[in-house]
Order: sequence, then C-alpha cells, then structure tokens
Amino acid sequence: MTRHRVWVYGDDVNTDVIFPGKYTYTLKTPAELAAHALEDLDPAFAAGVRPGDIIVAGRNWGCGSSREQAVTALKHAGVNILIAESFSGLYFRNCINQGVLPLVIAGLRNLVQTGDEIEVDLEAGIVVAAGQQFAVPTLSPSVRAILDAGGLVPMLQARFAAGASS
Amino acid sequence: MTGYTFAEKALARAAGVSGARAGDILDVMPDVVFSHDNSAAIRRIFEKIGAPRIRYPERVAITLDHAVPAPTTQHAQNHAEIREWVCLQGIRHFFEVGRGICHQVLSEEAIVLPGETILGADSHSTHFGWMGAFGMGVGRTEMAALWATGQLWLRVPEAMRVILTGHLQPGVTAKDVALRIIGDRGADGGQYRSVEFHGDLISRLSLDERAVLPNMMAEFGAMNAYLPPDDLVFAALEAKRARDYTPLYPDDDAVYSDIYALDVSVLEPQIALPHSPANVVPLSDAAGQPVQQAFIGTCTNGRYEDLEAAARVLAGRRVRCRLVVIPASAEVLRRAAESGVLSTLIEAGAAIGTPGCGPCMGNHMGIPAPQEATISTANRNFRGRMGTADAPIYLANPYVVAASAIRGAIADPREYLQ
Repeated sequence: MTRHRVWVYGDDVNTDVIFPGKYTYTLKTPAELAAHALEDLDPAFAAGVRPGDIIVAGRNWGCGSSREQAVTALKHAGVNILIAESFSGLYFRNCINQGVLPLVIAGLRNLVQTGDEIEVDLEAGIVVAAGQQFAVPTLSPSVRAILDAGGLVPMLQARFAAGASS
Repeated sequence: MTGYTFAEKALARAAGVSGARAGDILDVMPDVVFSHDNSAAIRRIFEKIGAPRIRYPERVAITLDHAVPAPTTQHAQNHAEIREWVCLQGIRHFFEVGRGICHQVLSEEAIVLPGETILGADSHSTHFGWMGAFGMGVGRTEMAALWATGQLWLRVPEAMRVILTGHLQPGVTAKDVALRIIGDRGADGGQYRSVEFHGDLISRLSLDERAVLPNMMAEFGAMNAYLPPDDLVFAALEAKRARDYTPLYPDDDAVYSDIYALDVSVLEPQIALPHSPANVVPLSDAAGQPVQQAFIGTCTNGRYEDLEAAARVLAGRRVRCRLVVIPASAEVLRRAAESGVLSTLIEAGAAIGTPGCGPCMGNHMGIPAPQEATISTANRNFRGRMGTADAPIYLANPYVVAASAIRGAIADPREYLQ
C-alpha cells in the first residue's frame, strides 16, 4: 500500500489545457514538458506537483488532440497513475504506451479534494480514499503486457534486440 | 447470428481474420499510416526502438501542414529533420509545405480507399470516414511502432448509429449537424465508438460537406466514423487511385450500442460557445456577441465549398473585423482562384494564408490577443487552443463566420443569402 497526494479536476479536461498545442513542435526535454503541464487548467500544478502524486478526474479526461505530451508532461512531472471516471480513447492508449497507469474508477472524485491523500495497492487491486475502498479494474492481457514492459518503446526494444523482424 | 458493423468488418479485414466482434483485440495491419510536423518527434522514438528501417515505406505518408511555412527557426529545424528522414527511408508519399492539410491531401490523392484502414498521428484521422475508410488517430509512440512493425493492436469498438434525415435549410451545413450531435450527447457521447452514419441526408451532401461529419466526430470521442460510400465517392477517387478496393457496408442487422436520430430540416445554424465543442447553442442564442477575428479554414471547413459559402455572403461587402482565410489544400486554393471565389474574398478584405492548419492550434497566422474573441470554422475551441488562454473561441459554419466578419459580431448569414 502506497500513499499518494491527489490533484482533483472535473469533466472533459482536454489535451490543449493539459499541454498547449503551441509548444508541441518546440519543447522537447522532460523538464520543459513538465514545466508546462496543465498550464491552462491549473497554474499551481507545475510548481506544486511532487513525484508520486495522482490525478483524479471526472469523465472524458484527455479529450481532444492525440498529442502524447499530454501524458509525458505529467509523467515527467512525476505522475504515474491517473484515476478518472472515463478517459478519451486516444489518451488511454497514450498512457499505456508511456507506461502510465490509467484507472477507470467511478465515484471517487467527489470524495477527495486537491491535497488529500489516497492509498493504492496495485497487487491487491484496491484504491482507498476517504475510508472507502475501490476496486482497480482489470486490464486486458495485451494492455497489461505493455505496462509490464514499461511502455510500448521498451517492449519493442526487447523484441528488436531479440532479433524479431515484426 | 447477428450482422457486423462497419468497424467489425473493416478491422477484421485489416487484421486478416475471418470475423471480429466489438471488444476483440486484434493486431491490425493498416493500409496507410500517416503523420505530419510531428514526424521528427516520431523519428526520435523510432530510433530508440532499434528497428533497422521503416518496415513498409510505401504505406507511409507524411505531410507538412501544422506550422507552414515554418514560423520560427525551431519549426524550420523540425521540418528539415523530417525531409532528411523522408529521403533516408524512401518515403514516396511526402507532401511539402503548402500542399495542404494531411487529411485533405491524402483524400485528394486517393492514397487510402473505401474499406481500407488508415491510422494517423492526428486526432482528426476519423476524417477518412467520408469515403467509408476506417480512420483512427494514434499517438506518436504508436506511429513509431507502426513504422517499425507495420502493425498495431486495436480493440474493436462498439458502434453507434447516427441516422440523419431531411433537407438542410439554406445557410445550414453539415457543420451544424455535427455540432448539434455533439451538443446533444456531449463531448464523450461517442467515446471509444465507431460512429456509423446512416439516413437519406448523406447521399444529398456534397463530398466537401460529408467530410465534416467524420472529422468532427473526433470532438465526440469517436474512435472512427463512417459514411456509406456511393458513386459520388467512387468517381472522386477514380482518377488517382493506385489499386482496386472493396467498399464495406454494415449489415442491416448489425448490433449498435446506441442510436441517435436527427431530422435536419428544422435545424438552424449552431454555435459552439467557449470553451468546448459540446457547448452548443442555436445561432439565435449567440447572435450579437462581438468578435475581433474571423477564421475560415482547417481540415473541418477549409475546402472549396466552404470558401464558396463565405464568398456568397461576402460578395460586394466589406468585413468589419479581420478575416483570415486559409484553404485546406493547394487544390482548394487553385479552384478558388480559378472560379473567382478568391477574388471575392480578397475584395471583401480577407487575408489569405498558405494552405495548412493555420492558427487552429495556436502555432501562428492568427493568434488572438488576450480578451479578443475569434469566430472560427475549426473543430476545437478549448481554452488556449489558438495560442492565447484568455481569448474565447466560437465555432460555426463558414456562412456564419463570414456574416460575423461583416458585422464584427456573431451574425445570421441568412439575410445575406436572399
């Protein structure tokens, strides 16, 4: 069981406010990406986020652009788990491919506020928030395999290093 | 046994399996994969993977469109890295600065065909539903994986059927239909779904109009969208297509998880208010709102008929606020020049930009000042989308944007269309 501080947001948070499009071809380094995370949603986030923090949100987190920096900016800021009532399809895939865990859990976000702590036990498959326990949804084997490898790049690196041609 | 949706048929074909159902996870081999100005970043990911070369360079397309011509040294360097990569890998389908927006260019060039699967490193890849192709957006890492292996895992989406009937009123377009759907069902109304259009409206829409529907379904959360292709589609692709194809149609008894029906006959122009494409009201509720900039363009509404619609409103009139017009492709620009539409726009005071994405995502060519309102034919009005956080964006069809440019405020175009 690990304890994590949370940042709580609402519904339909789009990738433009998570990582503005104007930076997508100019900012490249992890530190640059992290410095602009959630810039147009919560200016306090980039300065206040600590490694291990979790984002808790409502429906449709990450709608809009396919830009992967909307995941990697958070990852470089130290966020490795996101909990939302639902994710956009593209954002969910981008999380998996970056080795960031997107958990679809309903009913949690109204129990916590930014700055609260929640507990996560991935082996037991539970999240505990405000004294209530939530089950971590099971992921399909193909998704699990990518996460276990640490993301799509490490997974493919292993395949190509082993001499696989496809 | 029940019938198959379009998505089930298309992904079974792309995976080389005899049948697939919603929820199945398949290794899909797309017919075409494409990217744009993000190709240099994808190249850097690809180089980490350790693949010797792009597996199927003939299936790869790259278009420079998001920030063209390069507005800064950094953007120019980005383009230079992409050109070098195109040469190194022998990528034949490469489209330079000014050719146009990826979705429009690949459509004009018939690089993908009905029934095929096309994955793009761009969320508006749903666009290719206009011709009955399975188009879906992917992330940069996924595109690098596609370059390396030629395949990607996909979960076959559940499908939603959208039934459109009736006749559109003058000044009302497919954009208004799309906004109404998203406004009614929300920004996640089509989440993870194959949004499959149906109904007698579709065959009455021109191809320029049809493209708006699947394009805008990105704002509905759709994985892909689909319109049943007909002879109009086949004829448009005939001159340039490089191979045969088999169009796919959903079975009559296919299973849909949700159905939405709209009679468009009573629809008036729609406006998406800041800061969401799902925040949709009828034009009459937003009319009179001052705007300082009007923008006509993008993969959603930068085609020839969009420029022509604006010209119908603007003919013989002058704009009161600045109007930026950016054709979706060089072909659109050529047609507009040839027909006189371009002259009409210029005479009305429009500033014409190089074909490409323009200011849609805040790179250049029309970034608003703080507090300035823009009315745009684009697809997204999220806070900061055009590069400035405190600059509200309204989304509308090109008639409405043109009329609003004349007034300097959100206006009804129908009085100009008498």
